[in-house]
Amino acid sequence: MIRSDILESIAPVIRDHLVVCNIGLPSQELFALDDQPSNFYMLGTMGLSSSIGLGLSIAQSKKVIAIDGDGSVLTNFGTLPTIANNVRDNFILLIIDNGSYGSTGDQPTYAGLKTSLASVAEACGCENVVECSAENTADEIQNALNSNQMTIIVAKCESGNIPVEVIEMNPVLIRERFMAEVRK
Amino acid sequence: MSINEKIVDDLVKNKIEFVTTVPCKQLAGVISVLENSDRVTHVPANKEDEGMGLCAGAYMGGMRSCIIMQNTAIGVTFNTLATLIQYYQIPLPMLISYRGEVGEKVACQVEMAVHTKALLSQLNIPTYHFHHADQVEELDAILNHSFMSNKPSAILTDANFWRTAQ
Repeated sequence: MIRSDILESIAPVIRDHLVVCNIGLPSQELFALDDQPSNFYMLGTMGLSSSIGLGLSIAQSKKVIAIDGDGSVLTNFGTLPTIANNVRDNFILLIIDNGSYGSTGDQPTYAGLKTSLASVAEACGCENVVECSAENTADEIQNALNSNQMTIIVAKCESGNIPVEVIEMNPVLIRERFMAEVRK
Repeated sequence: MSINEKIVDDLVKNKIEFVTTVPCKQLAGVISVLENSDRVTHVPANKEDEGMGLCAGAYMGGMRSCIIMQNTAIGVTFNTLATLIQYYQIPLPMLISYRGEVGEKVACQVEMAVHTKALLSQLNIPTYHFHHADQVEELDAILNHSFMSNKPSAILTDANFWRTAQ
């Protein structure tokens, strides 16, 4: 399975929750597969999906799922200690780890080599860290939702992309319709 | 009231409920007041762009937010300011320790001080320079302006500001 297969399989599980989605192909793929007003698409700013998701989970009580990638977590490593030390049980961080920078041409990341993001998250103090196969990702997200505990999920999958269009929606519209969902 | 308490009072008056900080020696007092305040949620960040991500999320979750940081990190935040804060029109007051101005003891700090206003100007960010303690009286209106306009704003507080606030 590749990232888009994971997104397709988890769409029914995450649809009714607030979702912050990583820049580039992950957002474009989610937009194409299952656009929802409760999805916040990042059009820029690589690395900040987990930070935006944590801030969102601190400010309100609805469940938040931040979809991140291995490359993006590597570029914002400081996020993991912040998450570990500011536990929010309405927060799930899903790291789709395909071992590559998918949006830029599938260059390998260090997470696909010797660096284990699950081990790093644990070393940073995160308490519920789950590494799973692509096939089990939807089940693990459902488990995390049911547990009512902040959870970091590292879903391992293969590198690869599907052809998708860029998102042309106005960024302020993306934010406004997302915030309307938050207020519901 | 100390100037640090006055600053936090103005944040609260402007309905700011979430503050993230990356420390600076000049900001130690205000960070201490924040940490001991039950009126504001304070989450320390490891890096300023990370902190701006937290602020953006908190804002979308319904909490007005603010970042407290040092001017040496302006470069680190350039992409985040342009493609997250400005692109999505998220208001974000930035209370910034303006290191490297007159009164600075560390020469290297001057190297970023000479770029600070130019960088903020390049991003068209409304920028205010507090040089004397009595200028803190403008903070309330600046915060209000930032939320009215849905823009980031930079409040640069230099060594003389903090010295005269003693």
